[in-house]
Amino acid sequence: MEFKNPQEELERFRSRIAFAGGFVLFCFGLLFARFVWLQVIQHDYYRTRAEENRISLVPIVPNRGLIVDRNGVVLARNYSAYTLEITPSKVKNLEETIDELAKILDVQPKDRKRFHKLLAESKNFESLPIRTRLSDEEVAVFIAHRYRFPGVDIKARLFRQYPFGAFASHLLGYIGRVTDRDIEKIEEREVEDNYRGTEHFGKTGLEQHYEFDLHGITGFEQVEVDAGGRAVRTLARTAPVPGNNLALTIDARLQEIAEKAFGDRRGALVAIEPATGGILALVSVPNYDPNLFVDGIDTQSWRELNESPDKPMVNRALNGAYPPGSTFKPFMALGALTLGKRRAEQTISDPGFYNFGGHVFRDDKKGGHGSVDMYKSIVHSCDTYYYMLANDMGIDNISSFMGSIGLGQRTGVDIDGESEGVLPSQEWKKKRFKKPEQQKWYAGETISIGIGQGYNAYTPIQLAQATATVANNGVMFRPHLVRHITDTRSGTQTPVEPQPIRTLPWKQEHIDVIKNAMVGVNKEGTGARAFAGAEYVSAGKTGTAQVFSYKGAEHKTEHMQANLRDHALFIAFAPVDQPKIALAVLVENGGFGAQAAAPIARQIFDYYLLGKVPKSAAPADEQAVEADE
Amino acid sequence: MIRNLWLKLIAPIDGPLMAFSGLLLLVALVAVGSASPERMTAQLVNLGVALAVMRVIAQVPPQRLMHMALPVYFFGVLLLIAVALFGDISKGARRWLNLGFMRVQPSELMKIAMPLMLAWYFQKHEALLRLRDYAVAALLLLIPVALIARQPDLGTAILVFSAGFFVIFFAGLPWKVIIGLGVAAAAAAPFAWNLLHDYQRHRILTLLDPEKDPLGKGFHIIQSTIAIGSGGILGKGWGKGTQAQLEFIPERHTDFIFAVYSEEFGLLGNLLLLILYSLLIGRGLMISANAATLFARLLAGAVTLIFFTYAFVNMGMVSGILPVVGVPLPLISYGGTALVTLFLGIGILMSIHKNRMLVQK
Repeated sequence: MEFKNPQEELERFRSRIAFAGGFVLFCFGLLFARFVWLQVIQHDYYRTRAEENRISLVPIVPNRGLIVDRNGVVLARNYSAYTLEITPSKVKNLEETIDELAKILDVQPKDRKRFHKLLAESKNFESLPIRTRLSDEEVAVFIAHRYRFPGVDIKARLFRQYPFGAFASHLLGYIGRVTDRDIEKIEEREVEDNYRGTEHFGKTGLEQHYEFDLHGITGFEQVEVDAGGRAVRTLARTAPVPGNNLALTIDARLQEIAEKAFGDRRGALVAIEPATGGILALVSVPNYDPNLFVDGIDTQSWRELNESPDKPMVNRALNGAYPPGSTFKPFMALGALTLGKRRAEQTISDPGFYNFGGHVFRDDKKGGHGSVDMYKSIVHSCDTYYYMLANDMGIDNISSFMGSIGLGQRTGVDIDGESEGVLPSQEWKKKRFKKPEQQKWYAGETISIGIGQGYNAYTPIQLAQATATVANNGVMFRPHLVRHITDTRSGTQTPVEPQPIRTLPWKQEHIDVIKNAMVGVNKEGTGARAFAGAEYVSAGKTGTAQVFSYKGAEHKTEHMQANLRDHALFIAFAPVDQPKIALAVLVENGGFGAQAAAPIARQIFDYYLLGKVPKSAAPADEQAVEADE
Repeated sequence: MIRNLWLKLIAPIDGPLMAFSGLLLLVALVAVGSASPERMTAQLVNLGVALAVMRVIAQVPPQRLMHMALPVYFFGVLLLIAVALFGDISKGARRWLNLGFMRVQPSELMKIAMPLMLAWYFQKHEALLRLRDYAVAALLLLIPVALIARQPDLGTAILVFSAGFFVIFFAGLPWKVIIGLGVAAAAAAPFAWNLLHDYQRHRILTLLDPEKDPLGKGFHIIQSTIAIGSGGILGKGWGKGTQAQLEFIPERHTDFIFAVYSEEFGLLGNLLLLILYSLLIGRGLMISANAATLFARLLAGAVTLIFFTYAFVNMGMVSGILPVVGVPLPLISYGGTALVTLFLGIGILMSIHKNRMLVQK
């Protein structure tokens, strides 16, 4: 143990002080190096990050394009309204909040149901409407109580509106809130940026098919936001560009007359301008009110629509496949002429039935039509003629001819989800059935194909297109609903050019035979009563399609249940020398085509060709019976 | 007359120390004025109190301070034990003692009491310093540190520990022991890891990769480094830091005020700050080197380095090289407690400097 030397101790202490000083400078040097790294070397990166923090792009959803008819009548538009919206993530107890809201505002059970449906479908950071279309008073009431409802707010939103309600709904379609499936479509087209902030998407009809035209270009507002996401001020703004307007080939007045002509019956009608393929009216009744879907349909209304036996949600014009019945006959006849299987003047003798291999196929007229040529076979709708003809032509010839005029194929109309129908052929049967014994085509099956029964099943739009093709002397156009698309910014109209699909190699003399016979139908045949006194020359063909087949047995329609009655059909065009309109009408369970369907066509032609508005929109004359079908 | 009073008032005040801390206080006013202008008045009041404390302590001779060491230390430890038993819990930590009329945070007291106690202890055993004395000193150090770390308050524990450690270091703890302890600490780190609280571990993990948890624990560090980095060399200008003004920086008037300052004044502002701290610390170390007694030397050295610890830990955490522990930026962050403690330290340094001669004139 040695005594310490104070001076030595002090020196040692001072060296430690010096060390500490050095250590401090070293550590501060480290910090300085860190600052240089952040503020000089990485400065650009962090400056960008700070800007990204600060500036938020808020999308401004564009106004959706309008849909107008060929004369400018607005069929779908937008209006601004207040909605009361809840952001579920910001609300502690949803039910309690809604109960409290119901005390100051009118909240119906269906509003709650719709809210819960939306809630189940949404990501929970969205705000969802509990009430839409608030009145000014309701807005004022809520604002006075707003402090009590964190996470609930009033928003001004644009709503889609279909001013005529349940009218033309199957062609217009509707929009609804964006779902995952819609997002997939948006991503497929790589337009996610343009859909930021968009809450609605076309679900069916034109709204769906032209979604990306109608939508418009989303604008953006550059907003400075704080850490809580609240906007502090606006830095810049890019205005949205409204969606393009659609001008339709549809004549709204004609559409209205057509829909009213059906009364409360179910059915479909497609009227086409033969020279362009432009659709003048596309009816599927009953309609539904597309307005119901805009802010989310409530479960009860949805169930009612879906469970209704009338199936109002089915677009019968495009998705209903029906046997064409006797409206098939003019096409059969044209096929026979084209293929050389018949000459127009060739006659057959009709005893009132056709015996094929021991099986008897009956004609509707007891005792038969006697001697029948092609003209008479169409005018009086002789079945026996076509039983024989079908057998002579064979299924494959029939199939390929009918295929050439578009039957059993999608027409390519500008509405999505069109059905194909069934064009029977040997090949079709092979694909359709699994068991080998069912896959075989039997010659007997060809016979009923000849009168438009059997496996035949076509959509009304296919029948209308085929009729228009005959009217147009074999030049077939793609049916379409949009006449031109208007760019709302520049005002330029882009017309939808008529799209010829093909020109069929028909001889004009053959076409004239068929047209002449169809004129006969409306003059002296099954359509004569419906077209009595018409001031134009029209061509038509009635049809009655069996819902069930009653093999050869006689049956009386009055005694049958309404939904087992036959479907009534009618195809027609007019005026004959320069056809302006061709159509196909179908009345479900309407009975005879002459009685139920032809009068509808008459009203359409009278209005379209003469401007005559029917006195009443009453259903067609039930008394007019032409038993000859 | 007035002149005499003034001279008497400033008599114990050390010019350079006052000048450097005064400049730092100017920086503080500028920074608080940007981060939280509504707190300016309150901070000025805090400052007045702190300066008064400094002036009072500056007049107390070191011998008197030495006499206070033992009672203050044991009183502090007692309070810490009381906190552990009856303390109020706030934000998940038991740090406060409710005395009925006011709430106190005894750990704050230990920042000064600790070096005071250890300096007294070494002074007492000055004649014959053995390794055993270092061990006793270590025990005196670790008991309160453990109590504070348990609260849990890692930031204060680090400050108190470093203050005590500086005394032991200046007292002459052999280098081999220091290195040996360093190696042992490194080896024990994995075990220490298990002793840490979840939130403390999380902070360390977050430091290693803040982007992993950008909206949670990493948010503080990410936003403060963005603020610093986006400031660049010259800064965005006073009141113009978007990160600060749009509230992206959390606790921007207290622990993270450096991010606000750095965003608005840039690298040059940071350099100025580092220079001011270096000058302050340099002056403190000079006072320490010239002090009259071992007690005064040790106390002055340790108190001076407290400023360094505060400054380094705070700027290190805000700039993302140290984990987030609750340590304010000395003399700059808003808040009265830390300010009073720091000026208490400055007062002690001034007193030691005034009494640097063994024999008074």
